[in-house]
Amino acid sequence: MITLGVLERSVMNALWESPDGLSAPELGERLVAAEAPAKRRELATTTLLTVLSRLESKGFVSRSRATRPHRYHAVNSRSEHTAELMHEVLQLAPDRDDALARFVGGVSPTEAETLRRLLASRGTGN
Amino acid sequence: MTGAWVGLAVLALALAWPVPIALSKAAWPARAPGTALALWQAVALSGGLSMIGALLAFGLTPFENDLGVASNLLSGHLLDGALPTQTGALQIVSLAGAVVLGVHLVLSLATTAANTARERRRHRALIELLSSPLQGSPDTRMLDFPAPVAYCLPGVRSITVLTEGLVRVLDAAQLRAVLAHERAHLRQYHHLVLLAFKAWNIALPWFPIANRAEKAVALLVEMLADDDARREVDDASLATAIAIVGSPWRDVDPAAAPIAADEIVPEADPETLGARVSRLISPPGSLTRAARALVLASGVALVAAPVAVLVALL
Repeated sequence: MITLGVLERSVMNALWESPDGLSAPELGERLVAAEAPAKRRELATTTLLTVLSRLESKGFVSRSRATRPHRYHAVNSRSEHTAELMHEVLQLAPDRDDALARFVGGVSPTEAETLRRLLASRGTGN
Repeated sequence: MTGAWVGLAVLALALAWPVPIALSKAAWPARAPGTALALWQAVALSGGLSMIGALLAFGLTPFENDLGVASNLLSGHLLDGALPTQTGALQIVSLAGAVVLGVHLVLSLATTAANTARERRRHRALIELLSSPLQGSPDTRMLDFPAPVAYCLPGVRSITVLTEGLVRVLDAAQLRAVLAHERAHLRQYHHLVLLAFKAWNIALPWFPIANRAEKAVALLVEMLADDDARREVDDASLATAIAIVGSPWRDVDPAAAPIAADEIVPEADPETLGARVSRLISPPGSLTRAARALVLASGVALVAAPVAVLVALL
């Protein structure tokens, strides 16, 4: 069973690997080719278009209408998106928000030094 | 009546200034983080209610004979009835102030909640595109990023996100510690407490009651999550995990990084980390049951006082 989430992920992966963008039929070919031969089956273009328009409305995919069929591009690269997430998590974005609870808050060099000392003193067994 | 508004004003001032400063400097919260968290919530709630209550009580002084009749007020006594002769401009301003402050606090909470929800939705959508669920643990996701980071994303289906950098530097016990810590945050709904205090800080940024509180509460929820994690792993593993994750990341092999890890250096957040680690290395005795009961009773009393006055007024 292919869930929508898995399909969205595969579509994004294909687009991230195609700097020139892909049309929906090209995308379908790639996705089917990427499957193991035993699991290979046709992907309806309408399904792909639905997924693409969802991704477009979320702002992850852009569509260029200059050609027919339309070509789809990833708006940001994979690493740009990852960086965006990490900035948000580490609260470096200008509109910092505590939407997320992080394992460790930021650390200054002084704190790191304190920690090493604390850990060292534990190591010497007091 | 006069006693009521003076009393509430004194309480509001105390809770806006000296009390949060003293509480944020106190050492005992590390020995009973849950109790301290409850007290902070009582201070914030009571502070807000006292501010509004003091303004209301002062504004309503001319209606003394009429009290217990909020319905009168609401049905337009104030608007089209003749105002009592001793109603001054000051009372009107005070009543308006109470309404404005109340609306301001509620709106701040609502906008903060809406903004947070929107950011989380986008964050979750991206996480789902960028990572696959871990096998056997569908609510844990691994992100391809060189620096060691772990966090949780609350929601209908909460998820815990780990980076590959984290998994690379931590051993199994330390990783278990991190996961237990994150799951404790989710299980104990820490994001809701943090959200309330964040909204509070946005609404009243100049008051220690708000800015000290947000920071103190952030540390307390970390300690609570640490305490939860300690039930699953030994203190040393948890402390080491905190130390490793907290250490500056410049040691990360830059060649392995798709983006320069140097660009993302956590900002200094003094004391937090040291406080958490030293607490694990030399655990302070927890607060006695009697002391905790005393703190909780003061918290209840703090909230009860303005509530009683407001009930009498309206």
